[in-house]
Amino acid sequence: MKYLLFAFFLISQTSYALDSRQLADPIKQENYEILTKELRCLVCQNQTIADSNAELASDLRRQVYEMLEQGKTNDEIVQFMTDRYGDFVLYKPAFKGKTSILWIAPGAFLVLGLLIVYIFIRQKRVSRTEQGETVNAKLDSEKQKKIRRLLEKGDQS
Amino acid sequence: MAVFLWVGLSLKPSEIPSPFINKPAPSFSAAKLEVPEEKLSPADLIGQVWLLNVWASWCVSCRGEHPILNNLADKNVVTIIGLNYKDDPANAKQWLDTLGNPYSASITDQEGRIGIDYGVYGVPETFVIDKKGIIRHKQTGPVTEQDVQNILLPLIAKLQAES
Repeated sequence: MKYLLFAFFLISQTSYALDSRQLADPIKQENYEILTKELRCLVCQNQTIADSNAELASDLRRQVYEMLEQGKTNDEIVQFMTDRYGDFVLYKPAFKGKTSILWIAPGAFLVLGLLIVYIFIRQKRVSRTEQGETVNAKLDSEKQKKIRRLLEKGDQS
Repeated sequence: MAVFLWVGLSLKPSEIPSPFINKPAPSFSAAKLEVPEEKLSPADLIGQVWLLNVWASWCVSCRGEHPILNNLADKNVVTIIGLNYKDDPANAKQWLDTLGNPYSASITDQEGRIGIDYGVYGVPETFVIDKKGIIRHKQTGPVTEQDVQNILLPLIAKLQAES
């Protein structure tokens, strides 16, 4: 029973978190949910306007809702928002000159990192074999001297 | 890597670059706070350099900014229009009565719609608009005496000289 109650609270919290506007048209409703999850709340910058309780987020949700009711497309609504708040309002910024670094940098850093690891491992391997050879060579010459000495001694006896 | 870190640390994430610079001030026709029957729109201000200052009686940093705006208004170098953002008109009027009124007029935006058109996300915000109705500068957050001396007054003088 306790668990059931707990589960109930979990469910009720997620589904009744914020003002829920319902559009009559299910496609528009779906677009509303997509859009509000793509737009950033500018006051609480790490939340989407769908998640945020801030007044501005609520106003922006209203704006999205009204524009959908007027029959505006998703692209038109996103354009409306970026015209006013800049690319920053988009959680997934568009790929263009100014924002390209956001998209390219993670991949570039991964490649760079792998390259550094590769070079590092290679260098280590090379220097280890080199070291090994010199040690062997040293041993060899010492051993050879010893062998020569022993042989000479052997000759004397 | 160090360069990225340095740049990252010196950026202010709360200051979002405004896409409005050098664009026409979005139009509106809004009721004046003191005389709700009268409306004001940016078209009425063509030919003047003006500031649009977004304020509200619930906004704590507006209170700090207010004396500085009063001083600026006393200089009579620029028209200051207030955008009373998501506020209760009675509270707003009382606020101006107690703290002084630097605005030639304040317009009301109780639903925050004009605010959205101007990309307002943090009050106070101040826009500088030239004689042709083009936004030339935007400041997010309270205007300080330093901002007035170093940024606003030189810019206003420059814009007043333009035809």
